[in-house]
Amino acid sequence: MNITNKDAHVDHISQQFNAELDDILTQLMTMGGLVEQQLKDAMAALKEGDSALVQTAIKADQEVNGMEMHMDEQCTRIIARRQPAASDLRLIIAISKAVSDLERMGDEICGIATNAGKLIEEGAVDESYTQMRHISDLVATMVRDALTAFARYDADLAYEVAKRDNEVDKEYKFAMRALITQMMEDPRTIAQSMHTIWILRSLERVGDHAQNVAEHLFYLVKGVNVSHSSVEQMHATLDMDT
Amino acid sequence: MRASTMDTERKANFSLAPNASQGLTMAQERIAVAVNELDLYYGDKRALNSINMQIARNRVTAFIGPSGCGKSTLLRCFNRMNDLVDACRIDGEITLDEDNIYNKGVDVAELRRRVGMVFQKPNPFPKSIYENVAYGLRIQGIKKKRLLDETVEWALKSAALWDEVKDRLHESALGMSGGQQQRLVIARTIAVKPEILLLDEPASALDPISTLKIEELIHELKKDFTIVIVTHNMQQAARVSDYTAFMYMGDLIEFGATDQLFTNPVQKQTEDYITGRYG
Repeated sequence: MNITNKDAHVDHISQQFNAELDDILTQLMTMGGLVEQQLKDAMAALKEGDSALVQTAIKADQEVNGMEMHMDEQCTRIIARRQPAASDLRLIIAISKAVSDLERMGDEICGIATNAGKLIEEGAVDESYTQMRHISDLVATMVRDALTAFARYDADLAYEVAKRDNEVDKEYKFAMRALITQMMEDPRTIAQSMHTIWILRSLERVGDHAQNVAEHLFYLVKGVNVSHSSVEQMHATLDMDT
Repeated sequence: MRASTMDTERKANFSLAPNASQGLTMAQERIAVAVNELDLYYGDKRALNSINMQIARNRVTAFIGPSGCGKSTLLRCFNRMNDLVDACRIDGEITLDEDNIYNKGVDVAELRRRVGMVFQKPNPFPKSIYENVAYGLRIQGIKKKRLLDETVEWALKSAALWDEVKDRLHESALGMSGGQQQRLVIARTIAVKPEILLLDEPASALDPISTLKIEELIHELKKDFTIVIVTHNMQQAARVSDYTAFMYMGDLIEFGATDQLFTNPVQKQTEDYITGRYG
């Protein structure tokens, strides 16, 4: 059975269970907000050459890790005590997996910030930022929309997020080609290009994790596991019920 | 989910039908019992409304639903226990091996041998453990001691009780614990080699450990028997059954593979019931 909004999870006879599910959803949004801000800080650090923001982004990862631990405990406790079924079960599974993806995003962003710090030291931020600005915007939008999809139980938006990952992959390939050419033409740029490549790689991974989050939401709402499905197959599932 | 980043081309071929259960489908089962357009009335009150379902052979089928939804009533139809209720009238049919058990001329005693039943509260006879299990065999006219001994041992072993009682077979069954008594009753039921085993809340009067023993036993017994269980305990249905039927106010709301029903039910009423929203 499809579910359409979050209210579907807070109308149990047990008020305590309602409160627990509501709380864990709120926490997921908080964690998502932290990761979103962390990504903004890391990219702003690069754009503005601001090493204070590098530190802010790196420190934020500890908070993200802490939330992962806490939410894992919450999920385990709900499974043990409530034996959730049907959409409640899918909610816990989806949240638990989304939490892992958010935590991995945090790690990748931490890597972005570290490399951004090195580029700042080398005074090479401007050129580097230009090379990744486009992919960075795309990924930031994916993260935001994946979380919005979760907040609204919006499978259509989740589909859009998954679809956008292909664009990120294309941009990534394109940027890589440009960087390889640049390194061949001027080997003095290799060190700087390597930092840029690491950042691009991490951004691309953040995009993948955002896609995963969108897929977990899709599973929660539609009851269909679309991991390893193509976007066309995902679209077919959307059509099936509308 | 992408395992590695860039291989968007490499997609697994994945079926997207939302209701395609990963495991069991009724189409692949051998059918033990079929219920066709079954209506049941207690006087003027209609207690079951046009029930249609099939019970798969060597599988566990669970009936769940709130009190008064008709699940025990439906279970009792399978061996005509409702015949004992005054003013109970049944339309429609239930076929066991293609024969309607409600046909005139059906030997009800023989039907109840083929379709055995265990109730909520253990009801051992005030006899020895051995005699409890041998009871049905003696009624069938079996007198050979060796055959009786063998069958009693087999039934007690099948009911996972043999090791606990083999040294006191001739002591009274009433001295056993509740959990043991229930397993004894199951041994007594299976001793006459029924085809179908009906369990009406078999563990609801037992403690958690005895309950788990009964559940484990159900899992073992389905190799030899087709099992239909009524339970108030949804987690128990989820644990022991292959198929689950959700009933509400005399209607069969949803019937399907247990995995499917407990992860992604089709009907809202089912979802609301199994997730504790009403019932």
